[in-house]
Amino acid sequence: MSAPIQLRPDETFLLNVGPQHPATHGVLRVKMQMDGEYIVKAETVLGYVHRMHEKMGENRTYAQYLPNLSRLDYLGALGYTHGHVLAVERAAGIEVPERAEYIRAITVELNRVASHLFWFGAFVMDLGGFSPLMYAIQDREHILDMLEAVTGARLTYCYYRFGGLYNDVDDDFIEAAKRFIPRMRKSLKKYDALVSGNVIFRNRLEGIAPVSAEMCRKYGATGPVARGSGINFDVRKNEPYSVYPEFEFDVPVYHECDSLARYKVRMDEMEQSLRIIEQGLEKLPDGPIMAEKKPKTIKLPVGDYYQAVETARGSFGIRIVSDGDKNAYRLKLRSPTYSNMHLFDEACEGMLIMDALAFMGSLDLVIPEIDR
Amino acid sequence: MSLTLLNVIVAVVIAIAFAAANAAYLVWAERRGAARIQRRPGPNINGPFGLLQPPLDGIKLMTKQLMIPGGADKILFMVAPVLAMAPAIMSFVTIPFSEGIAAHNMELGVLVIFAFASMGAMAILFAGWGSRNKYSVMASVRAVSQNVSYEIPMLITAITVVMTTGSMDLKAISMAQSGGFWHWNIFPSLHSPLMPISFIIFFICSLAETNRAPFDLGEAESELVAGFHTEYGSMGFGLFFMGEYANIVIGASLTTILFLGGWDCPFGMFPGVWWFLLKIYLLIATFIWIRWTFPRTTIYGLLNLSWKILIPISLFNLLLTAGLLKVF
Repeated sequence: MSAPIQLRPDETFLLNVGPQHPATHGVLRVKMQMDGEYIVKAETVLGYVHRMHEKMGENRTYAQYLPNLSRLDYLGALGYTHGHVLAVERAAGIEVPERAEYIRAITVELNRVASHLFWFGAFVMDLGGFSPLMYAIQDREHILDMLEAVTGARLTYCYYRFGGLYNDVDDDFIEAAKRFIPRMRKSLKKYDALVSGNVIFRNRLEGIAPVSAEMCRKYGATGPVARGSGINFDVRKNEPYSVYPEFEFDVPVYHECDSLARYKVRMDEMEQSLRIIEQGLEKLPDGPIMAEKKPKTIKLPVGDYYQAVETARGSFGIRIVSDGDKNAYRLKLRSPTYSNMHLFDEACEGMLIMDALAFMGSLDLVIPEIDR
Repeated sequence: MSLTLLNVIVAVVIAIAFAAANAAYLVWAERRGAARIQRRPGPNINGPFGLLQPPLDGIKLMTKQLMIPGGADKILFMVAPVLAMAPAIMSFVTIPFSEGIAAHNMELGVLVIFAFASMGAMAILFAGWGSRNKYSVMASVRAVSQNVSYEIPMLITAITVVMTTGSMDLKAISMAQSGGFWHWNIFPSLHSPLMPISFIIFFICSLAETNRAPFDLGEAESELVAGFHTEYGSMGFGLFFMGEYANIVIGASLTTILFLGGWDCPFGMFPGVWWFLLKIYLLIATFIWIRWTFPRTTIYGLLNLSWKILIPISLFNLLLTAGLLKVF
């Protein structure tokens, strides 16, 4: 679609996209050197919602730090708390009952679907189509209602505890989840009919913003962004944790490297998450939801611990350096969007501003998670 | 005061009232329609079905302070909203709503409407340039190139219709199609077998001319914040908004007159203004439906569509019609 371009670096102007701009979905600022509608150079400026979560991790006990994790990514918060509890449990040697792990997997996957749904709506809204957002939010609402019933929160969950869960799921939740799966599958078909086949939609995404696999490796991009560029990497498969090895699911990978590929990966992932939820509900064992042997105050042995989990946005890693105290000596969060976002500067050079902002939408940025 | 002058004044007042009422209630209709499409209630608090929303919005806009950003070109900034609304109202004067209801019928009605419609681009350019905002300038450049490139196929299609009718008088064009839907210009006739395609071209062009989705590049929220009216608040914004909806009504009216038989009944009974209104509101409903269904095109996709597809087809259609008129 786009015409061949001859950029003139001497006749440019500076455009500030953000920190308050509808396309950045948060307080991200992009300084764009523009030649008309074309971007000569872009520079992302971070830090507008920096809240020092890593530093807080050094000053709070591990349990006190739990709620912080769900403030990173307000769309897929469960994945982040999951990473933290897994890291601490492994370091402290706490055995988690199987039922708790299953419920964790089910809720994390529900949260992933919710996150992807919201992304889907916001992404199509970036392209100028408003209605899919409302449909997506309605489906997401069912998930939030279910999660609210068991976790007590709608966005910033603090559901997982070291050694188990805060609350067991009841029959209502299981019933609701079972009812939700076929309904969601029907919705996915509807989204496909409404959006995926649309000519305008495809023209705006196909072949736009190619991000090669090398570039993904260079910037450390993970998750759907990397999988849209042909990198078959999913922490759930490659470095299995929790009860994921017991589930049968595929990792959708597309080799087109364009915005459409990233879209397709996420749409397929929703279906795979539904498969996991389905199997989890089927296999859900009875038993306790909390470990019996668990120290009152958790002190990790001296050492260096790292745990990666696959969140909705990619590989989230938490590194805890412990000096044996009840809070961490140093805590480092590797947030996936931080790496994914840095693709933007390089990839959008020479791109139209329209395509660049569509590309930004396809990266699924959540700004509080970048800034931490 | 001569009688004609009085006539013109009354006509203009009625046109303004009609345009303003339409603009206000089309906003309401659009919001309700969008809500219906998106499975939410929409404005429903103020009055029955939210019908008091438009006047309340109007009061809110009028009582707000008119801010002129520092460094803006004051004259252009103030002139632009007026220039967006005034030509739209003037176009209403020439539109015949039925055989008897026309403010001022002109022999060159088609030309007058196109002349006024092309002034809309100027308003957008003034607004974008006068605001001294980079987003506004980008948006107005987009909108102007869009308006210019879509006026061409629109004019060519209108000329095709004018050729088959032999008149530029909107009333005459409408009268020529009376007597049942098979006489309407939209259906292929001996002289112009490609009329349905012409209708589609004209419809697409009127979407693009009014800066409606999927061609709303001039106010693309997700890229250019609010496009050319980013810096406008209070009634300045209100006028742009009303101008847009007035233009939609004109686009729909023109489509109705040129292709759908004006006030003619599809099956030859009770022709009158109600048929005209029914047709334009159906077209407007389609506009709304399209807006809330499709994503936005890119600026290059948009220009390609006009220059590479619509203009060649409409030119071919024009030549074909001219040839057939000569032969038969």
